[in-house]
Amino acid sequence: MSNGFLSIEALAKRFPAQNGEGEPLTVFENVNFRIERGEFVCIVGHSGCGKSTIMNVLAGLDEATEGVVIMNGKEVKGPSLDRGVVFQNYSLLPWLSALRNVTFAVEARNRAWTKEQVRAHSYKYLELVGLTGGAEHRKPAQLSGGMRQRVSIARAFAIQPELLLLDEPFGALDALTRGTIQDELLKIWQGTDQTVFMITHDVDEAIYLADRVLLMTNGPYARVAESVEVGIPRPRARDEIVEHPNYYKVRNHLVHFLARRSKEMAGREHATPTGRPETVSFDDPEKERPAPPQAALYAITR
Amino acid sequence: MPAFKTLPLKIQAMMVSILILIAALGVWELSITANSGSSGELTEYERLTGGGAPKAGVPPPSKVFVKAWEQLSNPFYDAGPNDKGIGIQLGYSIYRVLTGYFLAAAIAIPLGFLIGMSPLMYKALDPFIQILKPISPLAWMPLALFVIQDSQASAIFVIFICSIWPMLINTAFGVAGVRKDWVNVARTHELSPIKTAFLVILPAAAPTILTGMRISIGIAWLVIVAAEMLVGGTGIGYYVWNEWNNLDLTSVIFSILMIGLVGMALDAVFAFAQRAVAFNE
Repeated sequence: MSNGFLSIEALAKRFPAQNGEGEPLTVFENVNFRIERGEFVCIVGHSGCGKSTIMNVLAGLDEATEGVVIMNGKEVKGPSLDRGVVFQNYSLLPWLSALRNVTFAVEARNRAWTKEQVRAHSYKYLELVGLTGGAEHRKPAQLSGGMRQRVSIARAFAIQPELLLLDEPFGALDALTRGTIQDELLKIWQGTDQTVFMITHDVDEAIYLADRVLLMTNGPYARVAESVEVGIPRPRARDEIVEHPNYYKVRNHLVHFLARRSKEMAGREHATPTGRPETVSFDDPEKERPAPPQAALYAITR
Repeated sequence: MPAFKTLPLKIQAMMVSILILIAALGVWELSITANSGSSGELTEYERLTGGGAPKAGVPPPSKVFVKAWEQLSNPFYDAGPNDKGIGIQLGYSIYRVLTGYFLAAAIAIPLGFLIGMSPLMYKALDPFIQILKPISPLAWMPLALFVIQDSQASAIFVIFICSIWPMLINTAFGVAGVRKDWVNVARTHELSPIKTAFLVILPAAAPTILTGMRISIGIAWLVIVAAEMLVGGTGIGYYVWNEWNNLDLTSVIFSILMIGLVGMALDAVFAFAQRAVAFNE
C-alpha cells in the first residue's frame, strides 16, 4: 500500500472527566485509515461515535487529543482552503445572496483574480448545481433546503480543494431532492481528481456514491473497524446498480454491521493490535464466475 | 359604515388618527376659551390688585399654530442671545447630540467588538459596565463642568456618556453571539482576522449593533433637553427653559412639539438603517 494522499494515524479524542474524577471520556481512539487521491470515501456509524469530530479534525476546525492527520506528506494544522467543507446546516452567510456566497469563497481562494474572473468561475459552479436564472440573486432564507445545499456544494467545489469534506450534507433533505443532488455531486466530482470524505447515515447513499465505506463501532472507545470496498464500476446509474451482484452483498454487510456488529465489536477489548481497519471486499463477480449459468442454459436450448 | 371597512387597514388607521387629533384639539381649544371667558366684570378691589393685567395661561391650540407658523416661516433669525430662531436652537442641539453620539460610537463599537470577541474581557469589564450604565447622565454634569471647564463641551460629554452604554453592550452581545458556523466558514476560507471581522462578524452582528445605536440616539435626544436646561446659552432645551422664564407658554408648547418631531426623525433614520442590515436566517 502506498503512503496515501491522506493518512489518519492513531487519532483519539478524549474529554477530561467531569469534576476531575474518574476516567476521562474517550470518544474514539486508535483511529487509523488512509485515503487515496481521487477516492470517494463514506464513513458510517451510529451517533456519538465521533464521526463529526473526525471530520472537524480533518477540516482543521477541531483538535484531536492524540494522533495526527497527514495530507500530502504534511501534518494538518488548522483550517485551509485545500480542504473544503460542506456542513449539514449549509452554513451559508444569510446576509449574502447565493452568488455572493460563492464569489466570497472564490475571492478568498484566488486573491489576484479580477471581478469578472471571479464571477465567471462562480457562475460555472452554480450552473453545475443548476442554480442560475435568477435564483442566484436570492438570499439563503428565500431558497429551499435543497437549493441552499446546492449553493453550499457549489461553494465548496468552486474553491477546488484537494479534499472535500461533507458532513451529512443530505441529512435534512427529502428523498427526491437528495437523489438529484447526489447525482449533481457525482457529476461535479467525476470531472476532477478531488478526494471526497463524507459522513452519512444512509446505507444506500453510501453504496451509490462511495468507492469505499468505513464502518465505525459504537462509542465510547469507537474505532474504524472495517473498510468495505463497494466494487461497483462507475458511472453508476441509480436503477442499474441494484442489479449489480455486489449491491446487496455490500448492503447486507453494512446493514448487518450497523444493526448488530457495531455494538458487538464496540469497546477496547475488541480492537485489533494494528488498529488498522479490516478490508472487506466482495470479489468482482465478472472475474469470479467462469461463465454465467444463464448463458449456458441459453446455449443448450438453442 | 360599510364603506369604511372595505378600506385598507392603513387608511382606516390614518382616518382614526386624524379623528383623535381633531377631537383632542377641539377639547383643548374649547376648554381654554370657556375658562378665559368666565371672568366677567372686575370689582374695584380686583382691578387695584392687578386683576386687569393679562393673565398667563395655557394657550389654545390655535395660538400655538400661529406661533408655529411665525417661527417656522423664519426659523434661522438671530436677534441676540435671548432671541434666536427655532432652527438655530434645534441646530445647536442636533450638533451636540451627533457629536457626542458619534464620539461614543467611535469608542463603543470597536471596544464592544473587542469585548465580544474575548470571553475574558467580557467577564472582566462587565462589573464596570453594570455600575456605570445605570448612572443618570446628568449626574456626570458637575464633574464634567469642573474637569472640562467648558459648558458646551460638558453637554457633549453628557451625551457621549449616555449613548455609549447601549452601543457598547449591544455590540459586545452581537459579536459574542455570532454563530459558530459562520466563524467556521471564515476559518475554512483562511480569512485574516481583519477580513473575518469585516466580512463575517460585522454583518452578522450588524442588526444587534444597529439596535443599540437606535436605543442610544433615542436616549441622547432625551438627555440633551435636560442638559441644555442646565448648561444654558443655546439649544432647544435652553429655549424651552428660557420661554418658561418669559412665561411664553405658547413657545414652550411649540418647542415641545418640535422636540418630538426631531426625535421621531432621528429614530426613523436608524429604523431605516436597521432594515438595511437586517437578514433572515
